[in-house]
Amino acid sequence: MRPFAYVSAPDVDTAVRAIAEQPGAKLLGGGTNLVDLMRQDVERPTTVVDISSVPLTGVDELPDGGLRIGALVRNSHLAAHPLVRTRFPVLAQALLSGASGQLRNMATVGGNLLQRTRCLYFVDGAAACNKREPGSGCDAIGGFHRGNAVLGTSEHCVATHPSDMAVALAALDAVVEAQSVRGTRRIPLVELHRLPGDTPHLETVLDADELITAVEVPASAVAATSRYRKVRDRASFAFALVSVAAALDVEDGAVSAVRVALGGVAPKPWRAYEAERVLTGAPATEESFRAAAEAELADASGLPGNDFKIELARRTIVATLRQLRVEGGAA
Amino acid sequence: MTQAPEKTRPSVERPADAEGPAVGRPVDRVDGTVKTSGEARYAAEFPFPDIAHAAMVHSTITRGRITGIDTAEATAVEGVLAVITHENAPKMVPPGRPTPLDLSSMAPGTRVNYLNTDEVHWNGQPVAVVVAESLEAAHAAARLVRVTYDALPATTDFAAAQADATPVKGNLLEIGEAKKGDAEAALAAAPVSVDATYTTPPQNHNAIEPHATTAVWDGDRLTVHEATQGIEWVRKHLAVRFGVPAANVRVIATYVGGGFGGKGAVWAGTLLAVLAAKATGRPVRMALTREAVYRTVGGRTPTRQRVALGAGRDGQLTALLHEGVSAVGRMGGRSEAVGSQSQHLYAARTVLIRHSTTEMDTVPNTFMRAPGEAVGSFALESAVDELAVELGVDPVQLRTRNEPERSPTDGKRFSRQNLGRVYADGAERFGWAARDPKPRSMRDGRRLIGWGVASAFHMPIQLPADVSVRLAADGTVLVRSSFHEIGVGAATAQAQIAADALGVPVDAVRVEHGDSDQPVGPMAGGSGQTASLAAAVLEACDRIKREALALARKAPGSPLRGRRPAELRATGSGLFRADLPPGAESAGETYAAILTRAGRGYLEARTGSDNRLRAAAGQARFMTRFLLDRRRWVRAAIGAHFCEVAVDEDTGEVRVTRWVGVFDVGRVVNAKTATSQLRGGIVMGIGAALGEETLLDPRTGRIMNPGLGEYHVPVHADVPAIDVTYLDEPDPTAPAGILGIGEVSIVGVAAAVANAVHHATGVRVRDLPVTLDRLL
Amino acid sequence: MVEVQLRVNGTAHRLELDPRVSLLDALREHLGLTGTKKGCNQGACGACTVLVDGERITACLALAVQYGGREITTIEGVAHPLQQAFVRTDGFQCGYCTSGQICSALGMLAEVEAGAPSAVTEHLAEPAVALTDAEIRERMSGNLCRCGAYNGITDAIRETAGVPS
Repeated sequence: MRPFAYVSAPDVDTAVRAIAEQPGAKLLGGGTNLVDLMRQDVERPTTVVDISSVPLTGVDELPDGGLRIGALVRNSHLAAHPLVRTRFPVLAQALLSGASGQLRNMATVGGNLLQRTRCLYFVDGAAACNKREPGSGCDAIGGFHRGNAVLGTSEHCVATHPSDMAVALAALDAVVEAQSVRGTRRIPLVELHRLPGDTPHLETVLDADELITAVEVPASAVAATSRYRKVRDRASFAFALVSVAAALDVEDGAVSAVRVALGGVAPKPWRAYEAERVLTGAPATEESFRAAAEAELADASGLPGNDFKIELARRTIVATLRQLRVEGGAA
Repeated sequence: MTQAPEKTRPSVERPADAEGPAVGRPVDRVDGTVKTSGEARYAAEFPFPDIAHAAMVHSTITRGRITGIDTAEATAVEGVLAVITHENAPKMVPPGRPTPLDLSSMAPGTRVNYLNTDEVHWNGQPVAVVVAESLEAAHAAARLVRVTYDALPATTDFAAAQADATPVKGNLLEIGEAKKGDAEAALAAAPVSVDATYTTPPQNHNAIEPHATTAVWDGDRLTVHEATQGIEWVRKHLAVRFGVPAANVRVIATYVGGGFGGKGAVWAGTLLAVLAAKATGRPVRMALTREAVYRTVGGRTPTRQRVALGAGRDGQLTALLHEGVSAVGRMGGRSEAVGSQSQHLYAARTVLIRHSTTEMDTVPNTFMRAPGEAVGSFALESAVDELAVELGVDPVQLRTRNEPERSPTDGKRFSRQNLGRVYADGAERFGWAARDPKPRSMRDGRRLIGWGVASAFHMPIQLPADVSVRLAADGTVLVRSSFHEIGVGAATAQAQIAADALGVPVDAVRVEHGDSDQPVGPMAGGSGQTASLAAAVLEACDRIKREALALARKAPGSPLRGRRPAELRATGSGLFRADLPPGAESAGETYAAILTRAGRGYLEARTGSDNRLRAAAGQARFMTRFLLDRRRWVRAAIGAHFCEVAVDEDTGEVRVTRWVGVFDVGRVVNAKTATSQLRGGIVMGIGAALGEETLLDPRTGRIMNPGLGEYHVPVHADVPAIDVTYLDEPDPTAPAGILGIGEVSIVGVAAAVANAVHHATGVRVRDLPVTLDRLL
Repeated sequence: MVEVQLRVNGTAHRLELDPRVSLLDALREHLGLTGTKKGCNQGACGACTVLVDGERITACLALAVQYGGREITTIEGVAHPLQQAFVRTDGFQCGYCTSGQICSALGMLAEVEAGAPSAVTEHLAEPAVALTDAEIRERMSGNLCRCGAYNGITDAIRETAGVPS
């Protein structure tokens, strides 16, 4: 790990001033991603602004029944919150399927959203990686990419966004609030992350001096009947090969409301708008679920080592919707 | 079955007093308290006030020469004491050629003379070491060493390299070819046959304690705290490489955080820590990062195997062919003897076993739990399952029907032959009779259920072992030997053995281990440590009892006056007549009484030899006896695995939901630790079956998942309750009746899982690991 | 260098630390508390698990400077029947992951006590959780044991929590 200046920020104002003044600064929340990447020499901040004691730790109910979640709420605390468990079970499940008990106690909501994308070659300084060193090439495309993306990739990068929580938030129309010395702005979560295109080193639309202060999850009736399904190689403590966040309401045998988002398959949490379009109003049947999955994955393109994810994603979408239809949500 | 007429028992019979013998009981580990309180110290945890920390720099090319190393930036880092490269490193004596006459000559994991050469032999080889006052400075500076290279072409793609494979000739220690009849012809003529290719990937041990060395020079004397399974190998090898007498080197490894073969050889970290300590004149600690373990310590090599089986319609095997090609590092590593169990396990009329290797420019491979059998059994036992399907015969029946009376390849006798029994026991415990043999016939909701079986087979080795046993006048016993506590419960087992042999309570025995100042213990390998030690401990206890009796026989007042050893038993912390009840008057006397009367503080016996010449001769004599014995007997631990999997019909996710393992491992010394060790092998086998794979990029040979996040060992949630039982009958040909148990239980596990997956899904997966993408 | 006040097992320590020093290295290298183990140094094995204000974390991914003033408990500060249960059930072999397993289990039991759900909890809306073997295994999955002592660990935890098997 390279040396850095350490600044502890007691409040948001101090934090945003510190990152505005220090171009090489990084915010430190739970540390689970940043410290690991600093140790691997992938992240090289010259200043670390510790925000772990900034009081952004509330989970507050909004007047309409939605939630405002402080950016420094720990993943485990959010998952255990009664309102999350009852109104947004998909979010609780997604959080609980991520990492381990220890890491969930450390990881923050804001940090979870901003964790770097996942690729074996991104974290190995000996490999070519356009994300780590723009223009150096991508060793993953001709190498090991079993965990990498099949949607939204480019010839420059096929890394995957590793978050589970963000997939649920994408399905729930969450909005991110970011603050800088220039003020506060709100960004729909589905627009927070960028696709790699020819600038894979840019992963979000945030400016370097912006701090995520909160995430708002709007009230949603359909969210009460929701689930998160994570498919992975181990039974626990593994990244998703494919994950599906879904919510489903059925009236008179037809889909009246539906939300679907995918994880493990794209450089960002992937809201499955196309699947939702096909499903809305359609009979809540296996055939419709399959048609929706086919539609969503129509533009997917895999590599030899991860092509299977396309069919796996289709099947997982179908399986999750079926389970919602048959068993209801996870609450 | 024929009994071997070997005298392995002590001349005084084991006690049969009310409490019964300690051997066999589920005694708590003697190190239980220190390991659950954080007190047990491992190699990187010994404090020295002036300790310096070392970090490695790894090559980023695969093969070639270093053309330049710029250390300026690294050297300038505050706290850096030295940046050691091939340009400034102290000299090490190059490693010699291995010879079977001195097993320690096999110590080095590779032939590379680190930092004494500008040659690079694999991607990740250490090319420099940074020594600094702090961990942080050492690791930060290591990133700043700039190395330039002239790269040479390299062989890094196992699939392509197989074309250059050459046959393994075979020698005393390595199986090459085994043959009986014309197996190819018999296969062609067989009414029913299977002929398939199986592959297994590279794997890494991943002991949770990374390799670590703390090295301290004092003049030409060296002390090393080391994470090792082979103290004596480390001691002798360091002496050779650094040109000091072996007697000047002390190696301490009281507790080792797991090994599984990965800490058997001497690897770069050990040598470089000692080198760095020499270069800086400071005590140096080299605690390898997890990545450094992957890059500098070998793992299990990949294999490609052909297994072909021919059988009559009755299921009797007429042909068994097992051919394996494995990779070896160009700078070290040995053939993976995948056909090892195939020589003996089934009564095939014709047999052909062949091994070949191909050299690759990768970190040299090494032993990993049950080398050969662990992955060889995946191919053999999958093929047997395929044959059972072809024949329409139950896979348990097919196996037991082919249980041989003598080893099919060489006619050797088995010291035990209980395959039928372990399968019968296992089938009953598992409820195998309820199995519908049709694939996809069993389900639980959306999950397909499958049941599979496979045989376990492993031949433990025996090793020379020196111990000292001291019986004090107060009835306490001290056993000393430089053996290894890598988690197997070795100290606990030896305490039990000594307790029974001397007739004292287990808690009267203290065992000191893990220090080369002690009598030379065996290495922890080949499932041989416990049995090898037991033989020596029994012999030492026997001598002590004879000496005690000799003292008593001469004493006028002793009830043992004139008694012979055969009339006595060791019990109640003394020697008592076997023909009288233990409490009877004048039946005998305690050691305390004998020693006090004789004015002796203690009796001590030391088995093995101490001076160098006799040690070498003793080792050669031992090896000769061991190898001669191997010519007479097939002495194997065996087992039967029964596995249930649930496969998600939608996603192909495989989870192991139930396991029954029944083993014949000879006498079990400690029911608790033996059960754990057998379970542990099954857990590791489940990992190999479902997830473990070291990803060597075929373009570079560079390991791309050098960490526990991306190399998937099983987690808690992957492991169901594992039902383990064993026959617990002493093997009459083995020391104290003990066979080894460290390795047998991993053998066959991956096949049992794959066979169960086939039963669940109808999909036969012949390439490990069985990941879900193979089932979609 | 940064001044850090670390409270470990009830004792306050004033340390001058490079801000790069992890909580794990602070414990092991600066305070001599080597009971907390380093297995991967990247949060993937759980050997470094300690309790901070009663919650389990992996000390390797924590910078020591972040944890000033917090109540840190390491294995050296644990005196709990769970430790004897580990010995009875043989919940370890080599012992290297054991400190982390024990600290993790204590944190986990507190989470269950508080009604926190896990990924295998079927009905998230229910405020209490039954400590089944499946719950124990899922919740302990952040602690690898390469010796494979998982059955014994589950037994020890179940026994200590007073749950019938």
